[in-house]
Amino acid sequence: MNGIKVITSREIRSYFATPLAYVFILIFLVLSGVFTFYMGNLFERGQADLIPFFNFHPWLYLFLVPAISMRLWSEERKSGSIELLLTLPITRFQAVVGKFLAAWLFAGLALFLTFPIWLTVNYLGDPDNGVIFSSYLGSWLMAGGFLAIGSCMSAVSQSQVIAFILTGTVCLLFVLAGFPLVLNVFRDWLPILVVDTVASLSFMTHFGAIAKGVLGLQDLVFFFSVILFWLLATTVVVEMKQGQ
Amino acid sequence: MGRKMIEISHLVKQFGTLQAVNDLSFSVAPGEVLGFLGPNGAGKSTTMKIVTGFLKPSAGRVSIFGCDIEQDTIAAQRQMGYLPEGAPCYEEMTPRTFLNFIAAARGLKGAYASERLQQVIDTMSLQAVLDQRIETLSKGFKRRVGLAQAIIHDPKILILDEPTDGLDPNQKHQVREMIRGLAKDKIVIISTHILEEVTAVCTRAIIITQGQVVADCRPDELEQRSKYHGALTLDFDESVTAEDFLEEFASLEQVALVESIEESNQLSLFPRHKDQSMLLDVSQLIRDRQLPVVSINQEKGKLDEVFRAVTQEQNP
Repeated sequence: MNGIKVITSREIRSYFATPLAYVFILIFLVLSGVFTFYMGNLFERGQADLIPFFNFHPWLYLFLVPAISMRLWSEERKSGSIELLLTLPITRFQAVVGKFLAAWLFAGLALFLTFPIWLTVNYLGDPDNGVIFSSYLGSWLMAGGFLAIGSCMSAVSQSQVIAFILTGTVCLLFVLAGFPLVLNVFRDWLPILVVDTVASLSFMTHFGAIAKGVLGLQDLVFFFSVILFWLLATTVVVEMKQGQ
Repeated sequence: MGRKMIEISHLVKQFGTLQAVNDLSFSVAPGEVLGFLGPNGAGKSTTMKIVTGFLKPSAGRVSIFGCDIEQDTIAAQRQMGYLPEGAPCYEEMTPRTFLNFIAAARGLKGAYASERLQQVIDTMSLQAVLDQRIETLSKGFKRRVGLAQAIIHDPKILILDEPTDGLDPNQKHQVREMIRGLAKDKIVIISTHILEEVTAVCTRAIIITQGQVVADCRPDELEQRSKYHGALTLDFDESVTAEDFLEEFASLEQVALVESIEESNQLSLFPRHKDQSMLLDVSQLIRDRQLPVVSINQEKGKLDEVFRAVTQEQNP
């Protein structure tokens, strides 16, 4: 446990040691504002809720999360510091989890800083704050899923650009898994069971359920399993890449 | 046996079709400072990466004080301090935050951690740059930060991959002093291709080439292998040609062979028996014949010549 804590705290410090953290948070806040007020018509709808705000999160994460996750392992390998990290008395999995947690906490901070939007709807009306809390939780869990995928993709390549593109692509597949666009590809030649399985992997379906205020166990289990799966995959990839 | 040393047995590492380490076996006992020599690409760094648990061997085993590096990685890694090649570190940190991170990751706590931190800062003279970002530091300072992190937990085993590479002569001297100053019960393995370093700090030298040990002995024994060991080099005045006197020296009984080095106007005299000095006979001849010799040097042996000889036997 000490290993994870030490890695997480080092990583978080290093986010704030460079402009990356500030630029990221700024862009995240500006874009989520733009999406909510201009494209989501928060005011014009005349309803006191944050549905337009959360609706755009999967798309926002699609290109902002890879920006956080791309450096997780690529940079370590490129600078050679991975050799230092992995010869410390810390297991591979602890290092993977430690780095992931740092990124996830950082994403949580960015999400937390959108609270003025929450204050706004509370000032203007009387929203269901339970639903809003649940949506925030769902959004953070979804960010965790994206980041875990990003962690694995970052371990695949030394190049941060490649890590960015791979992460975006894989995440897009997970977002779109419930959409006809993806399902139609499988529907013609795969058994319905497989098609249903693919559909059930959709981040949208599970995030949508939580965002409606229904904190179902299966949705929580889904996101935690996705995170765990991709972190284990990251550990395997880190191990494999070392041998080359 | 086994409990107190590093044992490497039949180590093999294959990268695709490249055999980086080929059935390498040796062991190192406490108190030894082992110089790990070899041409570039001989497998030095790969061996060190396996010993420190960064790479997995294709075959063979490494035991660190009885802990198998593959089975018992963390316990083995606790005993070691490691400076990877090029001393990589987290450039956006400062030496202070970086060393604190390493200390925490190594499980050092409280007063002991601060005490150790202060000690490595003193040993490596890092006080002046403690709060500057590492990326802004000179190469020498970066290397010292790398060394500081390797010794912060006072490890029993220190593995240094080219610790003085790229340092200026003063910094090299400091690093060697530091290594010499380590407690006598430690194991130190240094990889280098700077041969003078081996005579300066090591108690034992291993030369590897193509992933195999080709020499394993004390540095002075290595020098004795040199054909220059015990040889005399005579510098002649510029007014004469050294080669003209070749025959005269060759006729001395103790002298087995004379070589002329044209570009520096020198003669090298090789003894018939390595343990018998030719100095008396040679100086007698110089005095008798009033030869214009400017200086006489007794050679200890040329390490780079031995190095070339043993590494090229394998690799013609």
